[in-house]
Amino acid sequence: MSVIEPAVLAPEAARRSPGRRALRRFLRHRMAVVSAVVLLLIVLAAVFARQIAGHDPNTTDLFATRAGPSGDHWLGTDATGRDVLARLLFAGRVSLGVGVAAALLAVVVGTVVGSLSGLLGGWVDQTAMRLADVFMSFPSLVVMVVIAGVIGPSVTAMVIAIGLFQWPQCGRLVRGVTLAVREQEYVQAARAAGAGPLWLIRRHIVPAALPPVSVVATLAVAQAIGLEATMSFLGLGVQPPAASWGNMLTDAQSLTVISTMPWLWLPPGLAVAATVLAVNFIGDGLRDAVDPRHT
Amino acid sequence: MTERSEGIEDAAPVVTPPDEGGLMTERSEGIEDAAPVVTPPDEGGLMTERSEGTSEPPLLSIENLVVDFATDDGVVHAVDGVSLAVRAGEIVAVVGESGSGKSVTAMSVLGLVRTPPGVIREGRILLRGEDLRAASGERLREIRGGEIAMIFQDPMTALNPVMTVGRQIAEALRLHDHDLGADDARSRVVTLLRKVGVPEAERRYGQYPHEFSGGMRQRAMIAMAIANDPDLLIADEPTTALDVTIQAQVLELLRTAQRDTGAATILITHDLGVVAELADRVIVMYAGRIVEEADVRSLFARPRHPYTAGLLSSVPRADLDGDLVSIPGSPPNMIDPPGGCAFHPRCPMARERCRTDRPEPYDLGDGRRSACHYADELDEGLALYAAGEEAG
Repeated sequence: MSVIEPAVLAPEAARRSPGRRALRRFLRHRMAVVSAVVLLLIVLAAVFARQIAGHDPNTTDLFATRAGPSGDHWLGTDATGRDVLARLLFAGRVSLGVGVAAALLAVVVGTVVGSLSGLLGGWVDQTAMRLADVFMSFPSLVVMVVIAGVIGPSVTAMVIAIGLFQWPQCGRLVRGVTLAVREQEYVQAARAAGAGPLWLIRRHIVPAALPPVSVVATLAVAQAIGLEATMSFLGLGVQPPAASWGNMLTDAQSLTVISTMPWLWLPPGLAVAATVLAVNFIGDGLRDAVDPRHT
Repeated sequence: MTERSEGIEDAAPVVTPPDEGGLMTERSEGIEDAAPVVTPPDEGGLMTERSEGTSEPPLLSIENLVVDFATDDGVVHAVDGVSLAVRAGEIVAVVGESGSGKSVTAMSVLGLVRTPPGVIREGRILLRGEDLRAASGERLREIRGGEIAMIFQDPMTALNPVMTVGRQIAEALRLHDHDLGADDARSRVVTLLRKVGVPEAERRYGQYPHEFSGGMRQRAMIAMAIANDPDLLIADEPTTALDVTIQAQVLELLRTAQRDTGAATILITHDLGVVAELADRVIVMYAGRIVEEADVRSLFARPRHPYTAGLLSSVPRADLDGDLVSIPGSPPNMIDPPGGCAFHPRCPMARERCRTDRPEPYDLGDGRRSACHYADELDEGLALYAAGEEAG
C-alpha cells in the first residue's frame, strides 16, 4: 500500500461501509442489544447442555418422580424422574435447531424463487407468485398436522413443513427488491459487461436483498420456534424420549400439575417465550438498523 | 442540441463550422484549459489511415435494423431501417436528438433491448461476420464486456452504490476469466485504475462510488470497459453527466484508451463539440433513421442534409453576436411520425415531394450518405436557418 497523506483521507464518517453504519444503528437499539445477549446465553446454554446440566436428559430415576427443585435436581424431575434442567437444555438444541433450519430453508427457497421470479418475469413470475399465494392462504397448522399424520411425525418433516409455509414471505420480499434493482443502471451495466441472471442474483440482487431478508429471517426463526413448540405440544413434532420445549409442555396438561408442580411447565414455557421475544426484538433492531427511514 | 442551449453557453465547448482550411478552434473567454475544445485532427494523417481500412470487411455492420417498442399509445419504431458499418480502430459518432434511436441502436448491438416492450423486428447485426441476433445467450455474454464493451452515460448510477469500485471492476474481469484469482484480479484492477489516471489506485480500490467524484467515477467506468481489451467500445453519452471542466479530461482519456486498445468506438452523443473532438466519422440520426453519414471534416464543412445543417448552426458561437439559432418545431411524435421525410415539417427547404416520398440514404461518393432528396442543393446549407426565429 502506498503512502497516504493524512490530509487526503476522507473523514471517518464517510469511510464507514454501509454494514458498519448499520451495526452502529443496531447498537443504539437497547432492547435489541439486551435481546441479543439473552439469545446468546440461551444458545450457549443449549450448546454446552451436557456440561451445564450434570444429568443425562433421558436417565429415569423412578425413586424421585415429580420431585421439586433440590440441590441435585435444580429444576426438579418429571413424571419418570428425569432431570428437568437437563431436558430443558437439550430441548433448547432441538427447538433452536428446528427454528433456524426451517427459517434458513424458507430464506433460501424464498430468495431463489423470488429473485428468479423478479428477474425473469413472465410466466415464471406468474407461476411462482400464485404458488406463494396458495401457501399463504392455507391455514398452515392444519396442513402441518395433516402432513405429520400422513408421513409420520419427525424433526425433518417438521422443518420442511415449516419452511414450506414460510418461504412465500421472503420470496415476495426478494421479488420486490429484484424488481427495483433490475431497473438500476448498474444492472444494465453488469449485463453489458457480460453478466448472466445467476451472476446478477449473486452479485447485485442478494446483497441488495440481504438487509430486509435478514429481518424477515429473524422473524421467521421466532415463528418457527413457536410452530415447533405447538406441533410438539400436540404430539406431532419432536417425539419422546427426545426433549423439546413443546413436548415438555405436554406434561402440563393436567390442572394438578399446573397448580402444584410449576417446575414442570414454567421453565420450558419461559424458554419459548424468552427466545421468541428476544428474536423478535432483534428483528426489530435489525429493521431499524438496515432501514434508516424507520428510526 | 436543446440541452446545450440551456444556460451553459458560457462554458460549453464551442464549435464553429470550419471553412476549407479544416476545423477552427474557438474558445469561450475565461475557461482556457477547462472546457473541451475543438481541435482539428492531424492534417491528412488520420484521413488516409482511415481510408486504407475501407477495403477490409467491417468489424461491425448493422443491416436494416428495425426495433419497435410497444407503448400504451401504440407501436414506436425507435429504430427504423438503420444500416451502418464500423471498421476496426475507427471512432464513429452517432449524433441525434433524444429519442432519435441512437441508444436503442447501441443496445441492440449488445442484445440488451428489453423484451417486452422492445423487440428487434428486422435486420442483421454482424460482428466480424457473426450474426449476433442468432448468437446463443452464452455467446452473447462472452461478447458483452469481452469483444464489445460499453461506457454508460451516468457513472453514478452505472456503479452499484454498495459495492466497492475496485470489486466492481474486478468482477468485470472475472466474468470473462473464470480462473482469475482474487489477488491477481486486484492487482490488475489497480493497474487499470492507474492507467485511467485514478490517483492512489491502491486506496481507491476499496472505496465506494460515493467517495469518487463524477470524473473519477467515469474513469473507473472506462477502466471497467477496457478491462478485457475489447475490439469495440460503445460510449453512450460518456460526458453528458459530467461537469464541463471534467469533460475534456474524460474525452482525452477516451482518446488514449481508444488508441491503447485499438478498439473501434461508437460514440453516442448530442454534443457536436465532442464529435469534432474525437470522431473520425459521423452518423446523424433523426426519428429512428440515418439522415446523413460523412467523415467528420466533410460533415462540418458541408452538411448534406438540412437537419445536420440545422444542428451545426444551432451550436452557440461566442464569436458572433445575435440570438441563438435553433431548428424550428419540435422532434416528431414517434408513435405517429410524419409521412414522407420525417424531417419535412421542420425543414426550411421542404417541398411537395418530401411530404409523400420517404427518402432513403443514398451514396454521395467519398463514403458520404444523405437521406435528403435535395442533398445536392445544400451548398448554402448554413444559411437555411435564421437566427432568433425560435430562440431557446
